[in-house]
Amino acid sequence: MYALFALPLLYIIVFKYVPMFGSVIAFKQFTVTKGMFGSPWVGFAHFERFFNSYEFWRLLRNTLSISFYTLVASFPFPILLALGLNYVKNERFKKTVQMITYAPYFISLVVVVGLLFQFLDPRTGIVNAILGWFGVDAINFMGKASMFQSIYVWSHVWQNVGFACIIYLAALAGIDPSLHEAAVMDGANKIQRMRHIDIPGIMPIAVILLILNTGQIMETGFEKILIMQNALNLRSSEVIDTYVYKVGLVSQALNFSYATAIGLFKAAIGFILLIAVNQTAKKVGQESLW
Amino acid sequence: MNKSVIRESGSDRAFTIVNYVVLSIVLIAVLYPLVYVVSASFSSSYAVLSGKVWLWPVDPSLDGYKAVFKNKNILTGFQNTVLYTLAGTLLNVIMTILAAYPMSRGDFRGRHGFMLIFVFTMMFSGGLIPTYFVVKDLHMIDTVWAMLVPTALSVWNVIIMRTYFQTTIPHELLEASQLDGCNDFRFLLRIVIPLSGPIIAVIALFYAVGHWNQYFNAMIYLKDPHLYPLQLILRDILVQNEVKIDMLGDVKSAAARQGLRELLKYSLIVVSSVPLLLIYPFVQKFFVKGVMIGSIKG
Repeated sequence: MYALFALPLLYIIVFKYVPMFGSVIAFKQFTVTKGMFGSPWVGFAHFERFFNSYEFWRLLRNTLSISFYTLVASFPFPILLALGLNYVKNERFKKTVQMITYAPYFISLVVVVGLLFQFLDPRTGIVNAILGWFGVDAINFMGKASMFQSIYVWSHVWQNVGFACIIYLAALAGIDPSLHEAAVMDGANKIQRMRHIDIPGIMPIAVILLILNTGQIMETGFEKILIMQNALNLRSSEVIDTYVYKVGLVSQALNFSYATAIGLFKAAIGFILLIAVNQTAKKVGQESLW
Repeated sequence: MNKSVIRESGSDRAFTIVNYVVLSIVLIAVLYPLVYVVSASFSSSYAVLSGKVWLWPVDPSLDGYKAVFKNKNILTGFQNTVLYTLAGTLLNVIMTILAAYPMSRGDFRGRHGFMLIFVFTMMFSGGLIPTYFVVKDLHMIDTVWAMLVPTALSVWNVIIMRTYFQTTIPHELLEASQLDGCNDFRFLLRIVIPLSGPIIAVIALFYAVGHWNQYFNAMIYLKDPHLYPLQLILRDILVQNEVKIDMLGDVKSAAARQGLRELLKYSLIVVSSVPLLLIYPFVQKFFVKGVMIGSIKG
């Protein structure tokens, strides 16, 4: 059995733990020629440089606002969709809605962003064509920093609402039908049943998912943001992850140590957040992850 | 006594109507962009460019698809993606089973410790740059391996599979087979895996979706265009608008070229998304099970 386990364990060590130790270069002035061990220590210099840089507050604000916006917008919709579907008697209609709403989950990020670009294009996009009917001038959506976050968040909701709703539907199916029968006998209407039976029934799952999502708050949808970015919307679209990528892998003057320090800062905040949220949930007496 | 069928009260009927209306709106909101893309891809470039398409195809034509299938880069990308998805998913599933099975066994010493080691990586990671250096030091840059090995295992899926093994494979089966002289490896191969069809299908689909849609690793680890997966080529065409003139064949006028360029994008979106959308209805019935198991903490 240990032989079976060796390969996965090796993978975890090499691709997860070695990078963790590799992040000591955040405390060094890393140069490729001297290697990880030969490079001199510089302590917290890279962190200080980051905290004092004019980028710092903008990056932190963008990261947090995109995350919170996503969290707030994408949490209630799957629940509402599941509650609604739960009261649909027509099986075919229910199946159709489910099938269709899952579908976007399987479309790649690149394609979703491609779709956004096609629809929102100022010259050929359908959205501006429709706005044109109402006499509104074409808007260059992707070039507006003020619209970037909304476009990002609502396309995220569009892509994920159906898939996220699966779990709530399953939870609703697990509610004891006799509760509903009793409520009907007592003359409860559907809205009352929803409030007093369904919502309490799915609360535990909702809380767990909320904790999980809050724990991921620093993990903004990096890959999607990266491809949605352009010079015009950078002011509101640059987040910590995209900045790390640029400083560490694509800029003219690559600075591995600086990029690693910024990445480490982000990972640490995320870790602390996850623990804090979980502790709070425990105190409130609800579910917790551990 | 009441009649056996309880009639809906007025407020309930109102609720039902509102419910159907709202759900129909949701349905249309999700479906419309998809229908539009498919319709646009089958329309003529002039109709797309002049905004005549809004629901069904206008002046049906296959020009966009012709341009897509004539393009070498797109075909190579397609082949690469199929290869990465098949090989990658196979590797993923094997690794996940190898990790999950021992941890599902009560007599596997140190499993709690190993679990902690695995789960910790979900909460904290070394980050982009150190991971890049590991891949680089293993000389995987610009090789097929960079697309397969760094993503060989997802801890989340290990947890799902482990929970499934724990709840569905009875301990007595193991004891019985051990009495018959079956070793762990044979037990896994002959008993556990055949009994775990549904969960393997779900996990395989999750991984396959990931591989099919992967672009970021390709972007940082691959430099050779012959290795590029479809998504990277899609990014160039859809997002960065890099449609090379030679992709458009022998179209002469600038306006026609501009039209075909847009048409090509819609056709490309359809071609690249269809394979997954075709597979998922078949695996769909297992989803709920898979997702539910995933939500049970272990």
